Amino acid sequence: MSRQLKWRAGLIALMLALALLYLTPSLTDRLPMWWGSVLPSNKISLGLDLQGGMHLILEVETKEAVKSTAERILQDLRQSLRDKKIPFADVTRPGDGANIEIVFLKDEYVAGLKDLVAERFDELKVGDARTDEGRVKVQLNFKPEAAQRIRRLAAQQALQTIRNRIDEFGVSEPEIIPQGEDRILVQLPGISDPKRAKALIGRTAQLEFKLVDDEADVNRAVATGQVPPGLELLYEHQVDKETGRVTKRPFLVKKRTLLTGRYITEARVQIDSQFNEPYVLVTFGGQGAKLFERITEANVKRRLAIILDGRINSAPVIQEKIPGGTARITGAFTMEDARDLAIVLRAGALPAPVKILEERTVGPSLGLDSIRRGFKSMIVGGLAVVVFMVIYYGLSGAVADLSLMLNVLLIMGGLAAFRATLTLPGIAGIILTIGMAVDANVIIYERVREELRLGKTPKAALEAGFAKATWTILDANVTTLIAGLVLFQFGTGPVRGFAVTLSLGIVATLFAALVFSKFVFDYLVTARRLAKLSI
Amino acid sequence: MQFIKPGTKIDFVGRRKLAFGFSGLLILISIVSLIVHGGPNYGVDFAGGILIQVSFKEPTDAGRIKTGLQEVGLAEALVQRFGDQVGREFLIRAQQREDMDLSQLGNEVEKSLTKLYGQGQVEIRRVEMVGPKVGADLREKALLAMFAAILFIAVYISGRFEMKWLASAFMAAAIGLASYLGYLAGAGLTVLILVAVIVALGLCWLMKLKYALGAIVALIHDVIITVGIFSLTNKEFTLPIVAALLAIIGYSLNDTIIVFDRIRETLGKTRRQEFGRVINRAVNDTLSRTILTSLTTLLVVLALLFLGGGVIHDFAFALTVGIIIGTYSSIFVASPILLLFPEGMVKPKPVPVEAPRPAPEPIEAESEAPAEVSAPAGPAPVKKKRAKAKTKKKKKR
Repeated sequence: MSRQLKWRAGLIALMLALALLYLTPSLTDRLPMWWGSVLPSNKISLGLDLQGGMHLILEVETKEAVKSTAERILQDLRQSLRDKKIPFADVTRPGDGANIEIVFLKDEYVAGLKDLVAERFDELKVGDARTDEGRVKVQLNFKPEAAQRIRRLAAQQALQTIRNRIDEFGVSEPEIIPQGEDRILVQLPGISDPKRAKALIGRTAQLEFKLVDDEADVNRAVATGQVPPGLELLYEHQVDKETGRVTKRPFLVKKRTLLTGRYITEARVQIDSQFNEPYVLVTFGGQGAKLFERITEANVKRRLAIILDGRINSAPVIQEKIPGGTARITGAFTMEDARDLAIVLRAGALPAPVKILEERTVGPSLGLDSIRRGFKSMIVGGLAVVVFMVIYYGLSGAVADLSLMLNVLLIMGGLAAFRATLTLPGIAGIILTIGMAVDANVIIYERVREELRLGKTPKAALEAGFAKATWTILDANVTTLIAGLVLFQFGTGPVRGFAVTLSLGIVATLFAALVFSKFVFDYLVTARRLAKLSI
Repeated sequence: MQFIKPGTKIDFVGRRKLAFGFSGLLILISIVSLIVHGGPNYGVDFAGGILIQVSFKEPTDAGRIKTGLQEVGLAEALVQRFGDQVGREFLIRAQQREDMDLSQLGNEVEKSLTKLYGQGQVEIRRVEMVGPKVGADLREKALLAMFAAILFIAVYISGRFEMKWLASAFMAAAIGLASYLGYLAGAGLTVLILVAVIVALGLCWLMKLKYALGAIVALIHDVIITVGIFSLTNKEFTLPIVAALLAIIGYSLNDTIIVFDRIRETLGKTRRQEFGRVINRAVNDTLSRTILTSLTTLLVVLALLFLGGGVIHDFAFALTVGIIIGTYSSIFVASPILLLFPEGMVKPKPVPVEAPRPAPEPIEAESEAPAEVSAPAGPAPVKKKRAKAKTKKKKKR
């Protein structure tokens, strides 16, 4: 062999060795212990469409976070106005609820409000006072940057909360990625109970403690729909275990939230020994425990509503001061419900509700089916091509087949090396590559045949054939590569998998045809002095 | 073994009117079908809605499934047989409606069908739910991908074919500017793509980039007809189909480029042939390769179509159609289009046969002098020869 041939043989051997090295972890589970420490050990990762799993795109309704912040500020403001002895007629959140309106009876109080806002609520902007039928109305809006900050924080916090919940739920290799301003991409591979996972992720889990106002007339409020100021109408849902019927019991509770789930340090599932029913025991740590003690102390003999996501869970009467900061959350739970509730309470509430914008769930059986069918079509299609090439081109066809195998090997090795994901369209991309890759060999062979017809020796014909075909092959493949790269840029999920294998396939094709096939022929005609070409 | 004997001489160019007519008819049918159907039949990805793939232990029928769906408010849902196991697997599709909470629908369908068929009889194998916002986003993304692909490919082929990278830079700038103006004017992405295509075609014509023109026309031809056939067969247009379309664009151009490369090569070798004959010869010379490659590609794609299963079926179908159309277009559309140019504009006029003038070969000839030149070269005005020699040098880079 000439020096140049040896050099090329070395390059091919190196590529082959690299591809095999990267592929080995995907082919066998029994790698020697030392493998991982020196050699690549990551397997080809399968897309959700092949291994089954769930893909979600969530939108954090950050607007709701602005509203709930407005509500909290409204309560503070009401208190502060009272403390400052500024008389006011009403404080409300009109319209979409993202701003506050204060009604005074005289406009001389507006100056006081302005001072108060400047001093204590610098995220707000005081609007102009409007006089309307003898009443003075002042609008308070969030400063744009303040509203923006609330939204951003809500999105960040939601991301963190969802991460915590999924961690607690226990999914191997989840992906939780923020997208844009308020979207979150969640990918849970191999999940067996998508329904439960979805409920777990999507639940706001806002735990609130509010006082029940027993003096107000609940029945009238339900009948007329008019709720006294400062109160709100909430329902307790009770499920009859035998009939499954839900009965709703109304309560009027004070709007002011005394305590939220924010202070929860621990939430555990316990079994009630009396009814043999699971319940969730929450523990408030430090400041929360003190707060809880103070609240219970101040409201003995009154009812405290435990509210979960806007629904009353229970409204027990406070018998005495409760030190230690623990509370029970009961309900007709199944064990699983209780466990999930404990998870979400521990992981914390979402600062705003999330909406599922997109869901793609593939069951594991369908994924397996897709893998099986994908590989079956690859083998059948590939064999058809391999046989065809040998029939049509004889020995040269076999060379093309060899380079085809090298090609597929390089694609797979490339997938493992670049940690790309193999999807069903990705398998289709490999199949398509198998069909198109022989094109490079066909171009070369047709050229060589033409040269042979002109009476050239095999060596000269091969030289000329490769020389003329090289640029054509490069040219022809660039366009598909452009299409592949564009797809890679814009595609997501399965489609991106197609772009990856298509692009990898083109690079591998160029190598297999222009380096490997050429090497084999050069070897045959120079080192083995092949006199007749089977083509 | 050989399918196409060497020296085959099929007059492709002579039949171009027939081919253009046929292509025109196909495009017309495609467009009419698209208009009648009110645009492409967007799948869940683009239209928003829900798709549920259910499999049953025992064979059943769509009617019975529908009674189960009524309970969850999906009376209008489309229930279709799916896959190759008769009566065991179905697709349920429902369009997005205002009042519907799609996110829980998968669960509800499972519950309701389990009630109807019994525990363990029903398996939800796949749920795809796309809200209207994401649907619009995905549509935009897909169009953007098509737009980018057309832009890059137009720039590449105008540069590469004609070796006029300056022209292609100009082309890129012009398409970019036109799209930007369109964007400022508030045009939708579909309009932008149309603008980009028209600008690209117009520029090719004006700058006499005939190869680029032929390639782009062929590409648009293939995409329209594939989309049209999807519309005719009422298949759904989804994200993977867009990926298939892009792959088809790549494949079809691949074919076209190989023929074009041969045309330029043949032009360099035979100096005084009529352009149409050069094209014919080039197409014939590459015919064997074109057919072989299409055949091997079709082999694998058909394997995918018949063995790949329901999930990938439409994707494989798009590829099959695209490969057939792409092969046809590179032979019958892309190359004959080169003849649309008034010949004097793009290449020296062929020397009139009735004016042969025996004269010594000009000096430039020796640099090219290919061995295979068939007819002894007659003389031509020196000026024109020089122009040709120049293009040749460029091509050889």
